[in-house]
Amino acid sequence: MSNPYIVLPIIFQLFLAILLMFCWTQKNLQKLVSTVGSLIAVAIAVIMFAQVWKSGTLVTQAGNWGAPFGITFVADTFSVLMVLLTTLSGLAVSVFSVGAVRNARVKFGYFPILHFLIMGLCGAFLAGDIFNLYVWFEIIIISSFVLITIGGEKAQLEGSIKYVTMNLLASVVFLTAIAVLYGLTGSLNMADLSLKVAEIENRGLVNVTAILFLVGFGIKSAVFPLYFWLPASYHTPPPAISAIFGGLLTKVGIYALLRVFTLIFIPDAFMITLISIMAALTILSGGIGAMIQNNIRKIFSYLIICHIGFMLAGLGMYTELAILGTVFYLVHDIIVKTNLFMVSGLIFKIKGTYSLRLLGGFYKDYPKLSLLMAIPLFSLVGIPPLSGFWAKFYLIRGGLEVDNLVLVGFIILGSFLTLFIIARFWSEAFWKTGEELPKKLKVKYYHELKPLKQKAMVVSILFLAFISLGIGLGAEYVIQVASRVAEELMNPQSYIEAVLGKL
Amino acid sequence: MEILLVIIIGLLYAAGIYMILRRSLVKLIIGLILLGNGANMLIFLLGRVVKGHPPIIGPTEKILADMYADPLPQALILTAIVISFGLQAFAIILVKMAYKVVKTDDLDEMNATDEDL
Amino acid sequence: MKTIIFQTASNYLLPLLLLFSVFILLRGHYLPGGGFVGGLIASIAFVIHSFANGLEKTRSIIKFHPGFLMPVGLVFAIGAGAAPWFVGQPFMTGLWFEDPIPVIGMVGSALFFDTGVFLVVIGVSLTIIFTISETL
Repeated sequence: MSNPYIVLPIIFQLFLAILLMFCWTQKNLQKLVSTVGSLIAVAIAVIMFAQVWKSGTLVTQAGNWGAPFGITFVADTFSVLMVLLTTLSGLAVSVFSVGAVRNARVKFGYFPILHFLIMGLCGAFLAGDIFNLYVWFEIIIISSFVLITIGGEKAQLEGSIKYVTMNLLASVVFLTAIAVLYGLTGSLNMADLSLKVAEIENRGLVNVTAILFLVGFGIKSAVFPLYFWLPASYHTPPPAISAIFGGLLTKVGIYALLRVFTLIFIPDAFMITLISIMAALTILSGGIGAMIQNNIRKIFSYLIICHIGFMLAGLGMYTELAILGTVFYLVHDIIVKTNLFMVSGLIFKIKGTYSLRLLGGFYKDYPKLSLLMAIPLFSLVGIPPLSGFWAKFYLIRGGLEVDNLVLVGFIILGSFLTLFIIARFWSEAFWKTGEELPKKLKVKYYHELKPLKQKAMVVSILFLAFISLGIGLGAEYVIQVASRVAEELMNPQSYIEAVLGKL
Repeated sequence: MEILLVIIIGLLYAAGIYMILRRSLVKLIIGLILLGNGANMLIFLLGRVVKGHPPIIGPTEKILADMYADPLPQALILTAIVISFGLQAFAIILVKMAYKVVKTDDLDEMNATDEDL
Repeated sequence: MKTIIFQTASNYLLPLLLLFSVFILLRGHYLPGGGFVGGLIASIAFVIHSFANGLEKTRSIIKFHPGFLMPVGLVFAIGAGAAPWFVGQPFMTGLWFEDPIPVIGMVGSALFFDTGVFLVVIGVSLTIIFTISETL
């Protein structure tokens, strides 16, 4: 069904960014506009989700050029679900930034760039054209470059050099893949590509192209041999920025992998084995990496990698049930990871350090905050009824369905590693008797902040914690959504018909 | 013509990857620029090189009867060039800032992100 | 480069190049040209002026920070893109006035979009170049 307004989430974020650029010097006004705007963006996303849920996939052709020739925007259930999650964590980060981001950074245009980043994310989720997807990816990375370097501290600059290099390399690989794909098919529209790639006789060439896409998106989503940039850079920027990076940027890679490998390249036995091996090793290396770290943000960075492995494992099993698990995991992971990095930011504001060795006694001093922080931490582990449990449950069921016991074993191992890491984190940071830490002059501590800023930080964590609780307790509804997404992904016929018309 | 382009693309990719693997920051940027140019040339090549047949419909005709050059790759390349223009400008400034703060351009000496707390 | 010939020439080149950039912008719909190229030419005009007379003089000619052109240009572009929504068409559809305007020719939403691109390109490239040359 055609609906010209489905690009509204993108345009609205652009509008917000422009508005914020006009009030470049008024810091407080920027904070207000960003918060209110993010609220409206959530409302738009909810309305769009309801529409797509009711009437099926919506399509618009930019510039009114017909389907395989113009640029298509498609809003199917998966896209709108991702847009909704993006705006939700965007709202949380925007509120958190009110408290956590220093005014010097706001002066360098932190808020406009944040909204450009969210615009890029929404665009990537709604794009129905592979080159358009590339352009949105570039918008995402260029805004993330600015965000990761704003402030210009030593570790930050070094981390961003690694981040910039690997992301530029990923874009070049992605662009190469698009070039080869265009040479093979002469089309860029994803629905059209789905039909044309299926007809190509030379499957070897198709597989090579598919692997180019796998490498390009693999670097972005930090899968096994390509993840080294992530733990080198995600702990360097301010926590609000880490939060949006950790929550959303790697997930765009997973989204693109899911989209490309269910719509364009239907993986054969070789690709499935390759993806499964990568998934297993990603889980293992991420989990083991997290065990030996002492910087809490580095622990979370390695946990991102570990859990990217879970999502990739769902793709590696390639059944509807496993894809359901992946989508559920995606929903849970975006909310929880965003929240965890915000938690780490709050801990830093209170204690003045990220080091597990120095932290301690948090539960004794702040029992209520600790209980709040326990929600995302234990959701991550997947203690029933919290949100991670259901996602893993469906992934394991999907694995048993195809008798892929090795992958199931790795998922269980990954869960145990996560449990061990979070238990260690909890006992070290919250239960261990803490000592009085020396005051750092450069850090502005939590109790020195204005009450409004304190509330902004706690409220945003509370907001996402409630959503994770909601996902866990209302799992029935999330499963309904995820199963519809999985069904649409595994049967792309409705997507193709929505874009190209009845065949 | 095609074979020449293939050789050029191969050389650009090879040179780009070689430069990325060097330790100097400036060479890293040069490598990324070369790789980007290689990818652009690849789009140009794979869009089929057609000589002397612009995709313009004459005043007396209704459709393009003859074979014609595909205009789309040029649009794609232009987009990619504009994007890489911005990214490279950013990367150059970043390298300069990093050199000022870290006081080295050797990638092996950039270990601040691995330090334990 | 403080040579008298270059300085004198740049003073005359600045208005000429700016005029030429507007010409390229308006020519762009059917012939080679357009907002991006026009914007680059306009920013080159300022860059030449700054080479000849120093950055401070060029800044005093422009009077405001060139970065300000970015949001202004984006407003043009987003307005031209969203205008078709009000007549029920998809985003970015080209809308045209019925009669041509003398000198400029046919005017449509594409021209406003291109003007937006023109302004954004001037803003971005001047900001980049001024920043680089300031910190050198």
